[in-house]
Amino acid sequence: MKIHEYQAKELLRKAGAAVPRGIVVTDPDQARQAFVDLGKGKAVIKTQIHAGGRGKGRFKGSGADFGGVKVVSSADEARQVAEVMLKYPLVTKQTGEQGQRVTKLLVEEPSSITREIYVGMVIDRSVALPVLMTSAEGGVEIEEVAARNPSAILRTNIDPDRGLLPFQARRLGYDLGLEPSQVEQFETILTALVRVFLDCDASLAEINPLVVTAEGSLLALDAKMNFDDNALFRHPDIEALRDLAEENPAEVRAAKAGLSYVSMNGNIGCLVNGAGLAMSTMDIIKLHGGEPANFLDVGGGANKEQVTEALRILLSDERVKAVLVNIFGGIMKCDTIAGAILAAFQEVQPKVPFVVRLEGTNVELGRKMLAESGLKIITATDLTDAAKKVVAAAAA
Amino acid sequence: MTIQRGYRDRLIWGANYAMSILVDRNTRVVTQGMGKAGLFHSQQCREYGTQIVGGVSPGKGGTLKDGFPQFNTVAEAVRKTGANASMVFVPPAAADAIMEAADAGIEIIVAITEGIPVLDMVRVMRFLRGKPCRLIGPNCPGIITPGQCKIGIMPGYIHKPGPIGVVSRSGTLTYEAVWQLSNLGLGQSTCIGLGGDPVNGTSFIDALRLFQDDPQTEGIVMIGEIGGNQEEQAAEFIRQHVTKPVAAFIAGRTAPPGKRMGHAGAIITGGTGSAEDKVKALRAAGIAVADSPADMGATMLRALQRK
Repeated sequence: MKIHEYQAKELLRKAGAAVPRGIVVTDPDQARQAFVDLGKGKAVIKTQIHAGGRGKGRFKGSGADFGGVKVVSSADEARQVAEVMLKYPLVTKQTGEQGQRVTKLLVEEPSSITREIYVGMVIDRSVALPVLMTSAEGGVEIEEVAARNPSAILRTNIDPDRGLLPFQARRLGYDLGLEPSQVEQFETILTALVRVFLDCDASLAEINPLVVTAEGSLLALDAKMNFDDNALFRHPDIEALRDLAEENPAEVRAAKAGLSYVSMNGNIGCLVNGAGLAMSTMDIIKLHGGEPANFLDVGGGANKEQVTEALRILLSDERVKAVLVNIFGGIMKCDTIAGAILAAFQEVQPKVPFVVRLEGTNVELGRKMLAESGLKIITATDLTDAAKKVVAAAAA
Repeated sequence: MTIQRGYRDRLIWGANYAMSILVDRNTRVVTQGMGKAGLFHSQQCREYGTQIVGGVSPGKGGTLKDGFPQFNTVAEAVRKTGANASMVFVPPAAADAIMEAADAGIEIIVAITEGIPVLDMVRVMRFLRGKPCRLIGPNCPGIITPGQCKIGIMPGYIHKPGPIGVVSRSGTLTYEAVWQLSNLGLGQSTCIGLGGDPVNGTSFIDALRLFQDDPQTEGIVMIGEIGGNQEEQAAEFIRQHVTKPVAAFIAGRTAPPGKRMGHAGAIITGGTGSAEDKVKALRAAGIAVADSPADMGATMLRALQRK
């Protein structure tokens, strides 16, 4: 689960990290007032969306020449900028062409920046431990630094039960070339970041950039956090930060039914069991010239109601021109799938062609049920056959 | 009773392969968490021929559940049954159950449970360090030595005893691969599902080393997916240490970066984990990589024939 910048900063602030003073607003008048309340003569207005690349983004159809982060110099300008930001969708490299509607803005006091540092924490899979990473190249995405100059990233693994040890912070701080007085502040901020990561079961926690101001103090200027979905059950406070407006409605609906839905950009709807098989089904569709619209993973042991709901979700997507059902029944029995397909047909009377490929437990029974139903279902014998048939059906 | 049934099944299989990795007909399995799913799959495993010697259900020790004696603790089950493997079905608090099994001296812990928080697994891996046990999973289909022992939720009948080792991060995609292999007449020595989580007990390298050292295994099918860099590390290991032919497939070649593809571990992040990088690393190590998931079996067959 992702949260917004202002929420991440609030978690960091509570844990003891220095963050800029800011006010969250939802309309242009509030933005104007926030500028006045901050009383600095200048302010930064930052759109609050989950997608990255805000600064370089554009407000689609607005004609405005600024992106999702803008420095303003008067209360009136704050109002005008906020009006554009809240009216037009913001297109960044991560949102896709349609852009993302902005509903919240963070109005912050400006900072005079002399230096930008990157700090981030993730799980290091190779040693099964969290890893804290820093780089002297702040403000840049860590991926870029990693690709260009991997040795510029300093790392230290964190013991989940001991947290950050003071010497680890000192070593990173001095290696980055910070002044002794700054190393102390650096340790405070890193301790806060590590605490939030460990206490809230984060999967990613980043401060980028962490800045050194003209006054010589350290400040978390931007922050990003993702949380482990599997651990949310023990963090109701984090769960409460969820912004449903940022999530795909079909994904939310699927999650409610205990299903996993991933939205793509094509026109073939896929109902599959298991994540690996789902990914491979997408791959093979693409290999044969098609484009998946989504995949809906019904998992290992879904029941008839869940499968029926899955088909309802698939068919509610107007882009879907054909559906591929690809099930390798292990625990999931093929007759269960067949029964659900028949029930869904009766209920929603789909207008698009269905290609069904069943294999595994009770496959004969499942195939018989479909064959005897008299419904127009295209059956496929194997993966390749299924992919070819559904690509042809979607193109027709 | 249990043992007799297993014996009969082995006669039906008509094969008597002595070798395999990690589990065989002598493996004695205790199920941790005999709820609905745990009981169902214990029954399925027993029918397949696995020696399921009991279940651990705290508070229900001394009772019987469909012929399975129940114990309060894993330690008690080990003492009374000689169990040396466990199959974990307990819900997401499974981290504790895994550590309990390790502490009781269980050698092979197969964690089927899905949805264990990653930081819990980090703590489990620290706990297991230095202990003489192997964890398979979590969030995996389990492990099967066809005709001998099935610990997990895979459909037993698609497997055939034979010379191919299968190791995979996925569940149903493994069934697909096994099905293709069996249809081509290529049976399997052992099939291991590593699981789809970011942190898991057994890696590709662990499995590859075991298959390389197993005399019955003549070829290896390796099924990876996007996320992490396990496949790249495996490619390097194969280049240096594996002399047997390896066929591979990587799921998620069309997955967009930053999007979680069902498995918690299947996400392209931080510029790493893309399928293209993995395929490139595997090919550079001389491994036959199938472009289509429909060709996993055929790719193995071709790699064997080339040898």
